[in-house]
Amino acid sequence: MAKGKDFTLRIITPERVFYEGTVDMVEFNTTEGEIGVLPGHIPMTVIIMPGVLTIHEPEGEKWAALHSGFAEILPEGVTVLAEVVEWPNEINRTRAEAAMQRARERLDKKESGTDIARAETALRRAMARIEALK
Amino acid sequence: MASMRDIKRRRGSIQSTQQITKAMKLVSTVKLQRARSNAEKTKSYFDCMYETVGSILARVGHIENPYLTARTSKQKAVVVITSNRGLAGGYNSNIIKLITRHESWEKEEVSVYAIGGKGRDALARNGYTIAEDLSDIVEEPVYADAMHLSARLLEEYRRGKLGEIYLAYTFFRNTVTQEPRLVRLLPVEPAAESPDRGMAPMNFEMSDEDALELIIPKYVASMIYGALMESVASENGARMQAMDNATSNAEEMIGDLTLMYNRARQSSITQELTEIIAGAEAIS
Repeated sequence: MAKGKDFTLRIITPERVFYEGTVDMVEFNTTEGEIGVLPGHIPMTVIIMPGVLTIHEPEGEKWAALHSGFAEILPEGVTVLAEVVEWPNEINRTRAEAAMQRARERLDKKESGTDIARAETALRRAMARIEALK
Repeated sequence: MASMRDIKRRRGSIQSTQQITKAMKLVSTVKLQRARSNAEKTKSYFDCMYETVGSILARVGHIENPYLTARTSKQKAVVVITSNRGLAGGYNSNIIKLITRHESWEKEEVSVYAIGGKGRDALARNGYTIAEDLSDIVEEPVYADAMHLSARLLEEYRRGKLGEIYLAYTFFRNTVTQEPRLVRLLPVEPAAESPDRGMAPMNFEMSDEDALELIIPKYVASMIYGALMESVASENGARMQAMDNATSNAEEMIGDLTLMYNRARQSSITQELTEIIAGAEAIS
């Protein structure tokens, strides 16, 4: 169905163009679960959840931690409008681990004042960061 | 005719003003370069967001969603981006005029979310309600600021307190042209020039409503952020131009005054000579 076996991937953040290139496949986490996108995908818009972004380039793979934003998938390419995305070398491991700890504690205690949704997002973010470092 | 001393003093004061305007011009040139490269980096996100949201809306067609349909409340929120400092030519007053000279807006219906002290002061003086003052963020805008503001605006919007949300900012066309603009953020205006690429129906993994519910806040935040970056670049561009004009005006005035000074000097010499000669003639 697909003409070529690669497509263009653009990842844009408000501060910079994070990534632009020709890739074979891209994987990331969405509200509906982790997905992998191959060339020739039907047009679709997905909302991003914190997770690892894996870019399959012809020469190899690249990882990054992708936290929020949305992606527009078209047969000829994917545009990710990311609010927060980081390469592994931009992640501070100790900070991510500390954040994970904190979020876990908050979720375990389940005090009345805790913002569960916020703690969960924080936990997911920290986990995505740590995962991207592996 | 003014005396030589007066002219000299005047020329001196203009010269020192010129030095100030020259220095300010240099400063804003440097700031402009930085602001412009920042704005350019943001622009791709801003444009892409606008295009994507436009194409999504065009593809999903008309659906009942509070973000797309007009509300009953007449209250309008306007995010007004100006500068904290003056001496930037018409930069601030152009933005203020957009609001004060708007034909169909009543003062009571408008609540101003001021980003920039000049706009806040001028609009408060004109009797507008300042709902919030966020003048600090214009100095060094970061995306988080735009996100917080958009979250607050959307909260009010959802509760029905606001009927429409507008954004007043200055579009940076190039170093010499900046355009004040007023755009409506919500309800989203259906794109008049819908991008005609493919037009295959857009699919969502979730329902259209849920997807828009998640995308629109990001859209509003990025529009505000993009506008902030454009405005900062425009402010420095406008100031640079204003200071450039001031410097060349000072140059011109100094030229005129030098000419006047030299004439005055020459005439006083001539006068003295005539007096001496007349005196000598009277004695001999």
